[in-house]
This record gives sequence, C-alpha cells and structure tokens, in this order.
Amino acid sequence: MRSTRAVEISTGLFVLLGFACLFFMVTQITNRELAVNGGSYEVTAQFENVGSLRPGAAVSMAGVTIGRVDSITFDQNVYKAVVKMRIASTYNRIPVDSDAAIMTSGLLGGQYVGITPGGADEYLTNGDRIELVQDALVLENLINQLVASFMGRRDEQSSDSGGKQDEGGQNPTEEAK
Amino acid sequence: MVSAVSTHASSAQPAAVSDALIEIRDLHYSVGGRSIFSGLNLSIPRGRITALMGPSGTGKTTLLRLITGQIKPTRGQILFDGIDVASLNTRELYALRRRMGMLFQNGALLTDMDVFENVAFPLREHTDLPECLIRNIVLTKLQAVGLRGAARLMPSELSGGMNRRVALARTMATDPEVLIYDEPFTGLDPISMGMIVRLVRHMNSALAITSIVVSHDVQELSELSDTSYIIAGGKVVASGELKNLKGHQSDIVNQFLNGLPDGPVPFHYPAADYYQQLLGSEA
Amino acid sequence: MKLLRELTGNAGDFAAAVGSVTLFCGRLLAQVPRALLRPSLIVEQIHNAGALSLVIIMTCGLFVGAVLGLQGYDLLQRFGSEDALGTAAALALIKELGPVVTSLLFAGRAGTALASELGLMRATDQLTAMEMMAVDPVRRVVAPRFLGGLIAMPLLTLIFIAIGIFGVQLVGVQMFGVESSSFWSQMRSSVDMNDIAEGVIKGCVFGFACSLVAVYEGYNAIPTAEGVGRATTRTVVISAVLTLMLDYMLTAVML
Repeated sequence: MRSTRAVEISTGLFVLLGFACLFFMVTQITNRELAVNGGSYEVTAQFENVGSLRPGAAVSMAGVTIGRVDSITFDQNVYKAVVKMRIASTYNRIPVDSDAAIMTSGLLGGQYVGITPGGADEYLTNGDRIELVQDALVLENLINQLVASFMGRRDEQSSDSGGKQDEGGQNPTEEAK
Repeated sequence: MVSAVSTHASSAQPAAVSDALIEIRDLHYSVGGRSIFSGLNLSIPRGRITALMGPSGTGKTTLLRLITGQIKPTRGQILFDGIDVASLNTRELYALRRRMGMLFQNGALLTDMDVFENVAFPLREHTDLPECLIRNIVLTKLQAVGLRGAARLMPSELSGGMNRRVALARTMATDPEVLIYDEPFTGLDPISMGMIVRLVRHMNSALAITSIVVSHDVQELSELSDTSYIIAGGKVVASGELKNLKGHQSDIVNQFLNGLPDGPVPFHYPAADYYQQLLGSEA
Repeated sequence: MKLLRELTGNAGDFAAAVGSVTLFCGRLLAQVPRALLRPSLIVEQIHNAGALSLVIIMTCGLFVGAVLGLQGYDLLQRFGSEDALGTAAALALIKELGPVVTSLLFAGRAGTALASELGLMRATDQLTAMEMMAVDPVRRVVAPRFLGGLIAMPLLTLIFIAIGIFGVQLVGVQMFGVESSSFWSQMRSSVDMNDIAEGVIKGCVFGFACSLVAVYEGYNAIPTAEGVGRATTRTVVISAVLTLMLDYMLTAVML
C-alpha cells in the first residue's frame, strides 16, 4: 500500500546481496566436488589404528582428492577399525592390490587416507575391500622403534670393533715373517 | 431538553433504556488500591451532545476507557445499546468499536502516513472498497472538516487544530453511531476552537449521531451540550443543562462551574502548620 | 527477613517479566499468518531493518575481518603456519564473530529504531487509536516489524561474513604476502556446509531474539519521553546479554 518503488528496489537489492554472499561462501569456500560430479562408489579398509582420522576426511591418490571418508566403525570380530570411503565414479581404475595408508597433511593438518596404486589388472568396485593397509603413525610406537634400532646398532658396533682387533693382531705377525 | 434532568433521576428505571444509547449503572472501579469510581450512574441519550466534566484527576479519561472496553469495571454495568461491554470477547468488542468513533486529545494520527492515508486507514483495514470509492469517501470527509486541500500533507506539518480536524475526519470515515471527544478544546486558539465547536454540533445534527464530549471548558460546553454530567469524588454530583446548574447548591459544583480557586478542591496541598515550619520547630 | 522479601520480590518480577514476554510472543506469532497477507508492510520493514543497516554492517565487517587478519597472522606466524590464516579466520567469522557481532550491531541500530518507533506510537496514543478503530496494532504494526527484523538478520550475517573474509584477504594476502592460492585452498578444504549452516542458524536465532526484545520493549514502553528512552536502552542491553547467552547454548549444542 505505502511502500514506494524506491523502498521495494532497495529491499530487493538487499535480499539479493545477502543471497549472493551465501552463494559466494558456498561455492568458493566449501569443498563439494563429490556431490556436484554425481555418483560415487563405496570401498572399505580395515586398520589396526586410525589415529585421528575423522569422517569427512579426504581420500587421495598422488595428492589429488578422489573421495571422502564416510564413516569409521569398530569391528569386534576382527578387533580392527573399519573405514568406509566414498570414491568418485570417475576414478574407477584403482587396482585391487592398491595400498591405503593414513597420512598427515602438513604440520597442523588433519589426517587423510592416501592410496598408492598396485599393479593388478582388476579394479576396485562398489563394496570391495582394500587389503593392503598402513596404520596411522603412533608416537609411542615410533619412539620404541627408534630406541630399539639405536640399541641394535650399539650392539653391532661393539661386536664389529672386537673383530677388527683380531685382524689387526694377525697382520703384524705376517709382516714380521 | 426538559427531560435532561429527569433522565438522571429515571436512569434507575429500565424503561429509559430505549432512549439512552449508553447506560452506566452503579459503576465501581479501583486501581492500585485507589478507588476511582464508587457507584457512578449516568446515561447518554441518543442523538444528543452530552458533556462529561469534572475537576482534574476525577477519572474522565478512565471513564472513556471503561465505555470503550479497554478496561473492565470492578463492579457495575456499562451497557452500549443494551449490550454489556465488559462481557464481550475480543472479536465482539472489536465489532462493537466499529460503531464508535473516538477523537483523542492529541489527534493520534499515524505519523508515517499523510493526511489522506490517515483518513483512508479505517476504510482500507475494514472494507474491500475499490480505490476510487475510498478516494471519494476520504475527500468528502476532509471537505466536511474543511481540509480537503491538505490531503497530501504529513501530520507533522499540521497545526494542533488541523490535526484534530483530520482526526475527526478519520473517525467519521466509517460512519459510527457515537462520537467520543476526549478534551477536544484543550490547547487551541479561539479560532480553531470555534471551528471544532461548529464541527461537533454540525456532525451531531447532520448525521443524527450521539456525541459525548469530555472537557473542562465550561464556556464552550454551555453553548454546545444538551446535557451535562459533573463528576467528582467518583460519583456524579450534578447533571442537567449547564445553564441550570450555575446556581447549584453543591459546593464542588459551584467551585467548578465558577472557577473558584478554593473550596472543596483545596488551594493548599496538605502540609504542616505554616508558622511552625517557618519558625523552625519542624524541618 | 526484608532481604528475603526483596529477593523473592525480584524473583517474582523476573518470572513475571519472562511470562509477559512469552505471552506477548505467543500473541505476536498468532498474528503472523494474517500479517503475511500484507507483504508491502513487511517489505518496508525489511528495508528499515536490513537495507538501512547495510552501511554499518559492511564497514564493521571489513574492519573485523582486517583485525582477524592482523591478529591471526601474528599468532600463526609463531608456529610457522601462516598459510592456515584463511582457514582460521574464515571459521572464526562464520561460526562465531559473524553472527554475534552482527547481532550486537543490529540491536544497536535496528533494534533501537524499532523500540523507539513503537514506544513513540504508544506515547502519542497511535496504538490506542488503532485499537479504537478496531484494528489490532499487533497485526498491523508490530508483526511486520518483527518479521522484518527476523528476515533481515540472517542476511546481514551473511553479508558481514563475506565482507569479513574479504577483509582478512586484504590484510593477509595483500599486506602480509600470504600465498593467495594456499589462503583460499586451505579455506576450501576446512570449511564445509555444516559450518555455514551453523552460522546461518545462529543468525536466525539471534534475529528472532533481538527483534522480539525490540518490539516488546517498544510496545510496552511507558508512554512518556523518559519511558521511551528507557525502553530503547533496555532493548540494547537485553539484546546483547541474550545474544551472548544464546551463542553459548547454540555452540554447545552444535559442536
């Protein structure tokens, strides 16, 4: 009744601006390639330790994101974590003997699943399981490994130096003849 | 005219109902522990101009709010055309209010619309009339109050008197049966006051409606009103034609009508003894 | 004994106030469907609450974004993670700063305008006059203003966030030389629809609360000049407290 044309135009522009900002944020800032490209298939993998991997984390090959982690559950029959992943349908030539490893992106970055291709002629399809896996690195295990290898090398060195002394003892006698 | 005095006396008899548009019987109203009305009786005759007067603070505006159903009485009845106002639900009350028109002291025009839109407001809200009809009605009402040329001004650009005339036009837009004027003469210069007086009388006779005027202005009302009620102390203390009341025996009526500074309404606000306070025995 | 009476009196006052607001809200919501039949009124109120607030929202958004850029860069630099500036700033803006700051600014600009407008209408008997003309002022005057504020708030929030991110980019990329591609790509990989949804939901909830407070205070203002002034002040104070309280509750629920 009373709203003039100017008021209507300015309100319309205001509302459009609001939606434009929403559009900008949704398209420019979020990561929605999977939904846009339409179609994906499911693949699982079982890990002893998933570290800090979360649903929604990326699944990538050669550094390119090809899918997302859908869900992470614990299987009480095999006492392993079951990670379900969705891979975009366009990437349908992943060999069945590929390797899935849980990696960390950057120093502060989150964890993701990295797939290294194998050499088989058969490819993964919906519902397949990746057999070869590498668990997430756990700091304590890493330290134990480091300490163990350090101790091992020290033992080697002490047995080596013992052998060297015998050889050295023999030579002078040979030279003396 | 002569029946004006007897109207008051006969308001207790149900036979007078058909002559009165609004009847108030044994009205009691108190708020915050203070009693404002204690046994008020009056009746507003159809087709006449009735004045409600009284000293400041007697609750004249409260009475209007009771009549229009904005507040409910503690005891007693307010009958509008035989209908008990306090017993209505919201929807019925709104329907009843369409038959009344109220003119507020400051006009109460909607400040974000111009004069034309203000007068058209009740029509737009309550009717589905086409735009051309609304336009004609609005211009007619504005012509009646003499402000057809001011149709496109904003309320802030009008003087006090013009404001009230536009408000009157707005009230008239839906052709109510009764017009209630809350202090219509307050703060107006003699010319504007004369215009309002003329309009009140004209509306009443030309449109055969009932008018209730709440005011202090004894002078203007004595020419204008057919009947008056003087309310003081929560009751009606005098009623009848103003001319006849000038020599009334009641002290309060005498003080009010003659404008005496001291009397039942005291000049001095209650205080301690004057000499004692001055001479320092009390703080 | 007197203290106890005072406390229960205050508690009673508080309970009465809450009850009064709830009843008013119910009455308001009941009138919304009929108020929607007059879209021109609502459009005008969206203009008043939203379009007229654009200047302050956009200016403040720009500065908040710029400050986020400054502080964020300084902080992240200590960990050698300046590249994460985009992520950190965007998430802060979208989830918290955007809705909360917009709400406070809205309360200050649009909320006070609503409250004082309605308070003035109350003080000059305009609302009573409407009631006397058998027009429900809640439907005709209050509901459109409430809806205008409710619709404008989420939109203002989105605009604030978008301008804020632009401000971050101005400081981070143009001023400090953070790599533009990593700025945007890191943001892209960490922000998802849930975060944006969170921000919009908060904007809607704050809009509801602030608009309700503003129209309630205005409608029920004491009809004097002083009363209108007090109503305006109370609008800002109560809106601010309510915003921050709701922010905590919403964040706790949505995390």
